[in-house]
Amino acid sequence: MENLLAKYYRPRLPHMWCPGCGNGIVTACVARAIDKLQLDQDKTAIVSGIGCSSRASGYLNFDSLHTAHGRAIPFATGVKLTKPEHNVIVLTGDGDATAIGGNHFIHAARRNINLTVVVYNNSIYGMTGGQYSPLTPHMSMATTAPYGNVDRPFDLYELAKGAGATFIARATTYHATLLTDLIAKAISHKGFAIVEAVSACPISFGRQNKMGGPAKMMKWQKDHAVMVEAMAKLDQTQIEGKFPIGVLYQGEGPEYVTEYQKVIQRAMGSGK
Amino acid sequence: MAKAVLMQGNQACAEGAITAGARFFAGYPITPSTEVAELLAKRLPQVGGTFIQMEDEIAGMAAVIGSSIAGTKSLTATSGPGFSLKQELIGYASIAEVPCVIVNVQRTGPSTGQPTSPAQGDVMQARWGSHGDRGVIALSPSSVPETFTLTIDAFNLAEKYRTPVILLLDEIIGHMREKFVMPDSIQQMIINRKKPTLPPSEFLPYKPDEDGVPPMPAYGDGYRFHTTGLVHDYTGFPTGSNAVTNEVIDRLHSKITKNIDDIMKYEEFNLDDAEIAVVAFGGTARSAYAAIESARAQGIRAGLFRPITIWPAPEKQLLRLADKVKAVIVAEMNHGQYVKEVRQIINGKTQVVSLAKWNNEPITPSEMLASIQAIR
Repeated sequence: MENLLAKYYRPRLPHMWCPGCGNGIVTACVARAIDKLQLDQDKTAIVSGIGCSSRASGYLNFDSLHTAHGRAIPFATGVKLTKPEHNVIVLTGDGDATAIGGNHFIHAARRNINLTVVVYNNSIYGMTGGQYSPLTPHMSMATTAPYGNVDRPFDLYELAKGAGATFIARATTYHATLLTDLIAKAISHKGFAIVEAVSACPISFGRQNKMGGPAKMMKWQKDHAVMVEAMAKLDQTQIEGKFPIGVLYQGEGPEYVTEYQKVIQRAMGSGK
Repeated sequence: MAKAVLMQGNQACAEGAITAGARFFAGYPITPSTEVAELLAKRLPQVGGTFIQMEDEIAGMAAVIGSSIAGTKSLTATSGPGFSLKQELIGYASIAEVPCVIVNVQRTGPSTGQPTSPAQGDVMQARWGSHGDRGVIALSPSSVPETFTLTIDAFNLAEKYRTPVILLLDEIIGHMREKFVMPDSIQQMIINRKKPTLPPSEFLPYKPDEDGVPPMPAYGDGYRFHTTGLVHDYTGFPTGSNAVTNEVIDRLHSKITKNIDDIMKYEEFNLDDAEIAVVAFGGTARSAYAAIESARAQGIRAGLFRPITIWPAPEKQLLRLADKVKAVIVAEMNHGQYVKEVRQIINGKTQVVSLAKWNNEPITPSEMLASIQAIR
């Protein structure tokens, strides 16, 4: 980890996340995945939105872009189209990606543009102090849902799949080795790749929902996450309340930047 | 000798952008600016550039900023409702000091308003539309050839001062067709952003040079710099420091005000001996030439002051004008916006009259003449 720190982190620690927060684990998994693939550090850009997890871009030693709330994906689209040979990795939260940025999320998936999007899903708006997001479970408590959250949450996998994403994976901060592996696979995938990183927010979600602190919240992840292959072998009663982790979907499709390069070739060939 | 062609204002804007070196456009279709997008969809890939139609106006602005930070000159084009939607990110481009051009072909508002009709109702929004304090550059052309050169100027100013520049067209200028001849030696006019001269180990991304503007690396140059919409110090990283906040917000203004003579463009027509000055810009200024000639035929010494740079406001020039005329008439296609700025600059030194019209129709020469004749 020390080598990882020296190489991939800026000397800006300690970070601003609360004790017990899962964001540090997810960010370390991103760094490990980059290291695993030995990406060219000067040809890798980190783009984030606004919220707790989006502060990660400032800690990582790359060209980094901390954008506006919800807009990480369209900023990243501009970066990727300008530097097609660069790896562009988007770090975003559940509120950032699926509420205010929901429109951008589905359209980037539809284009199948070669971006890697890591959604730090802590089920809550942490930075503003515990309001419900589109990934907050039904009837969970939130400061803006003092009688329980009547909203129904998105299933991020179904949303991404329906919109056209060609790589969809999920892991938790408890399954950090798997998470690293999935992020590396997502970066290697040619097309729009999404990794949902289920993460704990003990302060703004855990306390309101009596989850019992950081260790117990990770234990909850361990007890409720099931490898997608194993889950397929279980019957309905056994999977009640559980969620699958692993590579949930991998497909193929024309990738946007590659397709646009062909447009340029056609246009340049035709001249004015 | 370049050939004369018939060209539309929006086309002149698109061609000006290509000539200026813009290689990225992201936007969303909206009347009356759509031709800019359509033409760039065709033209940009011909020169190796990129066009993308985004899912909404906000995404268009976001992609433009992302592209510019990565290292390419970029623009978007929109109109009223889209201009409103882009405001937050225009503010982002201001504080993060990202060069980019936002073309707003004005139509009647508020809201959907009159989508196919001309107006100049976004003058104040161009200045104050995004929350918080910052300096703003906005240019407004009055003809098709000027739209071409002013689009190049917009990019030059954006690159030189690391700021978003608003090109404020109106539907009259955007959709009219005029004779256009490609100016000679246009390439000499092109300005590109300053690159860092220090190596990455010594470089501070937001430390300004003497002119108030920090040099700007591109992605892949090895600087690994951070960009944020939070208040940030020289390193580019956020800080809660009151002293830094004070300095940063002030510099967003001062880098423009201290270079105002370089930024300020205007035209004076028959002002030398004028007793009455019409102040008009964009499509409205076109009626003023005829009105002034009619007034002069009747023995009334009228002239035109046409701000081309409308923000920052031409304070020095207006004060000079106030010293020699007995009245200033501010003609504009809105409910009276720029007149307020002119009034606060002139501050009672001479009479300031508003000639405002907001019914989708241009202000005619005869209406301007009547306004001139009414001055006693």
